[in-house]
Amino acid sequence: MRRGAVVKRVALNGAGLLVALFAAFPVYWMIATSLKPNREIFSATPRPVPAEPTLEHYRQILTGNLIPGVTFADFFLNSALVAISTVLLSGLVALLAATAVARFRFKLRTSFLIMLLVVQMIPLEALVIPLFLMIQRLGLYNTLPSLILTYLGFSLPFAVWMLRGFVAAVPKELEEAAAIDGASRLQTFRRILFPLVAPGLVATSIFSFITAWNELIFALTFVNDQDRYTLPVAMTFFFGRDDTAWGPVMAASTLFTLPVIIFFLLVQRRMVSGLVAGAVKG
Amino acid sequence: MTTLTQAPETSAARETPARRRRRVDRLPYLLLLPCLVIIGVLLLWPLGQVVAMSFFRLNNVRQLRGDREWPWVGFGNYAEILGDPFFLTVLRNTVLFAVANVALTMILGTLVGLLLNRLGKRMATFVASCVMLAWATPALTGTIVWKWMFDDTSGLVTWLFNALPDGLSNALFGRADWTGYGWFNSPLLFFAILTLVVVWHSFPFIAVSVLAGLKSVPSELHEAARVDGAGPWKVFWKVTFPLLRPVFGILVVLSTIWDFKVFTQQFVLAGGTQDRPTFMLSIYSYAEAFSPPPKYGLGAAIAVVLTLILLLVTGIYVRMVLKQEEES
Repeated sequence: MRRGAVVKRVALNGAGLLVALFAAFPVYWMIATSLKPNREIFSATPRPVPAEPTLEHYRQILTGNLIPGVTFADFFLNSALVAISTVLLSGLVALLAATAVARFRFKLRTSFLIMLLVVQMIPLEALVIPLFLMIQRLGLYNTLPSLILTYLGFSLPFAVWMLRGFVAAVPKELEEAAAIDGASRLQTFRRILFPLVAPGLVATSIFSFITAWNELIFALTFVNDQDRYTLPVAMTFFFGRDDTAWGPVMAASTLFTLPVIIFFLLVQRRMVSGLVAGAVKG
Repeated sequence: MTTLTQAPETSAARETPARRRRRVDRLPYLLLLPCLVIIGVLLLWPLGQVVAMSFFRLNNVRQLRGDREWPWVGFGNYAEILGDPFFLTVLRNTVLFAVANVALTMILGTLVGLLLNRLGKRMATFVASCVMLAWATPALTGTIVWKWMFDDTSGLVTWLFNALPDGLSNALFGRADWTGYGWFNSPLLFFAILTLVVVWHSFPFIAVSVLAGLKSVPSELHEAARVDGAGPWKVFWKVTFPLLRPVFGILVVLSTIWDFKVFTQQFVLAGGTQDRPTFMLSIYSYAEAFSPPPKYGLGAAIAVVLTLILLLVTGIYVRMVLKQEEES
């Protein structure tokens, strides 16, 4: 009996290690490759750990011009500009809407919530053609605002859906007390609700950031000038097609991935509860 | 005095219906306005627009800018794609890929969720953190790394196959030297690798959700079943699965929706939109519309077909969520 338990323990832990390896290995391999000198990357027998770690690939992508006058840093900045603008706009609009749904009962409330669910299921890939038309008509083709606008639409439904939970969690009594003390609605919102919802707003913003930061198809389609490419487009364009430069490719991938991983780990808990909301009764 | 909060329980108790009606509050609508405008303009209007575009012959970007006429072709675009045997190939690819990926993701995710629930605390934290890494990795870079691992000269997978004893490798695959082997050349192998990449990206969400569900199930139920002599297989199907049925329902639907519209992974793995035999609906629509010569109308028609399929799945999803909101 006891021996059976030990065998079981070992088997479970072994399975756990296998799962961990499968899940984390590609990320490890990306970072490891980015730190290897070329002769190690292209050697016949790959080494599990870089024998002579080097930052030469990072130096190459950070200082070298990918096209004349444009470096990796420029693409990084384009991406950051688009993602941060998206986050700010989407956060503001989502907070207003989430307050409306969480704090008021009005006629169209349920319809609005259903609509939020439904629009999240719209295949965004199907919208690339009509949005391309809209961007052309608005004269925004080949500009970064075309992407900010697009990502704002994409990130908003989930942001509202997630934020409404945070707003609802703030005790109403606090606001009622403030109102009795003579605070105006705006003051109540700014002094009471906003500070208490701020952590939720940060979490929501991270999701909007990741959406905007990772997006490829629309960025590929709406921006034509190479110096305006966002990072994902630059990566598929300059690296993805040149199969020999794996060192710089992995260095660029690492720089692209790390902010996302860090942000993601901060908020992943809320993602589960947001997506399977109400599915499990505690 | 108006307050910011008007929950139904309190206000309904204090106010008569007549009083409430008199005081229709415009504030919630004002707060919703920007959100509604954005969703309307950027999601709903384009959704209508894609349907409209699918009825026109749009082969020139100047038509989109409004400089040229839009010739109406009725269901011409739909007739063209439905009459094209290639469309059936694409549809078959899409459906088979989605079914295989949903099944594999659900099985692997559920097994990992069950495993995490059984592991000791420190081990569970370690495994869960590793699983989180796969989830957090952007589709783009995750795919690039897998592509590197399948590189035909220095890739890790190529090396692994080369490291197999020659006799065994010959007996199993009919070749011993894998250097220069085109992993992405046959459509079947391409789809297998794409499946690996997509499952790797999507099983963590299933695992974590299943784990969250398991944590909410009283462990006495499992113990009681085990005491009664039920094996793990039976415990899962007789106890765990029925209790977590709503979670599984939602997870299957979400996975189906995600796997039907896989784009980035395919685009990166195939190196663009040239690999026609491996097309699925979303990349087919994109390629028709944006690869020269552009056919926006035709691309729109394909996008509409994809949307209709997903709409069906979404209908099921919304019904499930609403049912649960009612129950809780």
